[in-house]
Order: sequence, then C-alpha cells, then structure tokens
Amino acid sequence: MSKVYADAKSALDGLLEDDMTVLAGGFGLCGTPENLIVALRESGVKGLTVVSNNCGIDDFGLGLLLQTRQIKKMISSYVGENAIFAKQYLNGELELEFNPQGTLAERCRAGGAGIAAFYTRTGVGTVVAEGKETRDFDGQTYVMETGLVGDLAMVKAWKGDAEGNLVYRKTARNFNPPMATAGRATVAEVEELVAVGSLDPDHIHTPGIFVQRIIQGAAYEKRIERRTTRD
Amino acid sequence: MAWTRDDMCRRAAAELKDGYYANLGIGMPTMVANFVPEGIKVTLQSENGMLGMGPFPTEDEIDPDLINAGKQTISELPESVYFDSAASFAMIRGGHIDLSILGALQVAGNGDLANWMIPGKMVKGMGGAMDLVAGVKRVVVMMDHNAKDGTAKLVESCSLPLTGQGVVDLVITDLAVFAIEGGALQLIEAATGVGIDEIRDRTDASFTH
Repeated sequence: MSKVYADAKSALDGLLEDDMTVLAGGFGLCGTPENLIVALRESGVKGLTVVSNNCGIDDFGLGLLLQTRQIKKMISSYVGENAIFAKQYLNGELELEFNPQGTLAERCRAGGAGIAAFYTRTGVGTVVAEGKETRDFDGQTYVMETGLVGDLAMVKAWKGDAEGNLVYRKTARNFNPPMATAGRATVAEVEELVAVGSLDPDHIHTPGIFVQRIIQGAAYEKRIERRTTRD
Repeated sequence: MAWTRDDMCRRAAAELKDGYYANLGIGMPTMVANFVPEGIKVTLQSENGMLGMGPFPTEDEIDPDLINAGKQTISELPESVYFDSAASFAMIRGGHIDLSILGALQVAGNGDLANWMIPGKMVKGMGGAMDLVAGVKRVVVMMDHNAKDGTAKLVESCSLPLTGQGVVDLVITDLAVFAIEGGALQLIEAATGVGIDEIRDRTDASFTH
C-alpha cells in the first residue's frame, strides 16, 4: 500500500467529514501546509475545529477557511494577525479556545504519545486554569491539561520519502512534528519527495510510522509576514 | 530626566551574564539584543524553535523558513540549532532558560504580571508568555512607568487578567528599577534627576527603597 498520493485533493479523499477536528502545523505563515489547506477549503467540509498556533492571515493559510466559514472553533495561542478572525469572533460566529503556546505543543505531543493528561505550572492562577484540576507537587501548584488528538493532522515538511519519513527546515519545523504524531490520520506535504534511502536515517525528524499519506506540494508561496532586514 | 528606550535596553542588558540562555519578548525587549555587553556570550532562544538567533538578515539572506517569535525574518549563526515547539517549551518550562525579558500592561508589587489581555478589546492571545513566566529562572519586565493616559502600571493589585502569579523578579521603567523579592517591591535605582516623590506620585504599588 503506497502512502504517496498525486495531489492534495486525493490525499484528503475519504478522510474528511463535517465537525471533525483538524490539527494544522505552522507558526505564523512559516511551515504551514499551504496546499492541504487549499484542498480542505475546496472540499467544502465545514464545522471544523482547527488546532493551530495561529489562524493565518485574511487571504493566506488558515484565513482562507475563515473566508468560507468552514471553521467553527479555533484552538490557538495567538490569533492577532487576522481581521476576518476578529470580525467572526466578535460576532459570535467563531468559538475560540486559547491555549498557552507551550501547553498547546505539549497537548499534541502528549496526545500522540498516548498520555491522557499532564500537569504544568503554565497558567496557574490565570483564566487558563479556570475549571481545571490543580495539584501540588513539591510545594508548587500545577494545572492539569489533557492530551489532544485530531481526526486529521496536516503537516508540512521540507523533504520526505514514500515511507512517510520527514525532514523539516529551520524554524518551519515548529508545531509540525508534535502534530504529526497526534492525528488519527496524518497527511504530510513536502517540498521535495525524495527516493527512499536518500534521507540519512540519523537525520529524520518525523519517522514515517506517524504519517499515513504524503504528497509533494504543487507549489509553495511561503509568504513572509514581517520582512525585516539590516543594512 | 526619564530614561530613553536605549537607556532602558542598556539597563536590561546589564542583567545578562556570560553563558546565559535568554528569551527576549516582542517589541522593546527584542532590542536588548543590540546592547549585550562586550566580552560576554549570550545565546538567544526564540520560542518558535531556535537557539542561537542571529540579527535581522540582509536583503540577500531573507529566508521565509527562518523567523523569530514575532514573525520577523532573522538570520542564523554558526552555532544555531532548530527544534520543534514541544522541545522549545521543554527548554522554557523545564527551567533551562536563564532569563526572560518581557513587556507588561501591569505589574503588581507582589510580582503578578498582566500582559496579554484587555477585556472588551480584541484579544489576540498569550502566545508563549504564560509558559515563559512559569518556567524561566528570572523574569525581567520592561515597560513605561505609566500608561499613555497617565495611569500607573506598577499597581497594588492587577486589575487585568493575569499572565502569571508572583512571577516577576525585576521591573525596568523609564523612571526607575524595582526588584521584587518575597512578594515585596523595592526601588533599587532611579533615573538621574528623577526624585523619589515623583516616583511615588506615579506608582500605585507601595514599595521600599
């Protein structure tokens, strides 16, 4: 059974249903599954709960799914870059659950590793801890956070092979590895699909066991959010 | 005379020690990197997944796969290393980062910090701030002494939603530097020509000096 699919549309075929939970890798617009997001939009699936650190911008990344009102709820740490997001949220059309960034990453790591819940000091005494169990260890208070598993995880890597092994590039790695482990089905898109054996087995970031389907993305725009330079 | 932003950055940079791993927040704290004292080595962590963050890139070096936590393009150094978000926050939450410098909306005399949310306004989120203040060994806040409308930002008790409880160790404002130890606020330095009466007038929290 081959994990390699021809394009983003076929790679999502049979994996989508309304009201599902989708994990999407990326930080800002860096390392986002650009091609799979467009295919998700074109599929018309709706009522989505999307877990992603951010929600793209108005006309790129996950912002595309806001335009079409396919997202019911976001679980994110920061969503400030997006006017459509603010409008839908303030209108009550969009639910939002804030998770601290490290808690969000660890919830995915835990979910993918079969850990039901963990205790962290992050958020103790803040709104994040409201309604959650707390417990003291060595005189410090911790709050319990649950592991998170998605129906679908969509990740983006630099290189990958037909086994689903993935290598990321620079800070485009971010949430992709923990999310790749936390999907009931994980679909990866890569800039370059390479022959099995050409990736150094010591340098693979995501072992292929976590990846069920893989495509080479048709094109990568890799839009830059804040272009800053020195002279 | 109140301190300028450069003065504040220079003062914050004096908190950096040789061999430190440090995380600098978005805005003014990012600029502290330009004031690292000569002769010491400080490694900057960016919570989106990088240690050994370099300066902003030249036009030729711009790489969309290489950004900092403020989503600005940056450059790498020979010693740079990349990792995923879970590993990044293991460094932060696990106490492996020596110093975090952040901005604030309010700091209370007991070290409570509010810097992520103003109810009634569009809330953008806490990003990594709650993890940083919960896990980093020493937390330094840089902020204007008063808000634009003149209200005190160093307060007896935060009215805004908290980022963390009792987490701030040092506060650098344009008027003064305060240490917070054992839940008590102490004035330890004042800008040249800024008197104790002016500082008291413009501070809501009680403090010793």
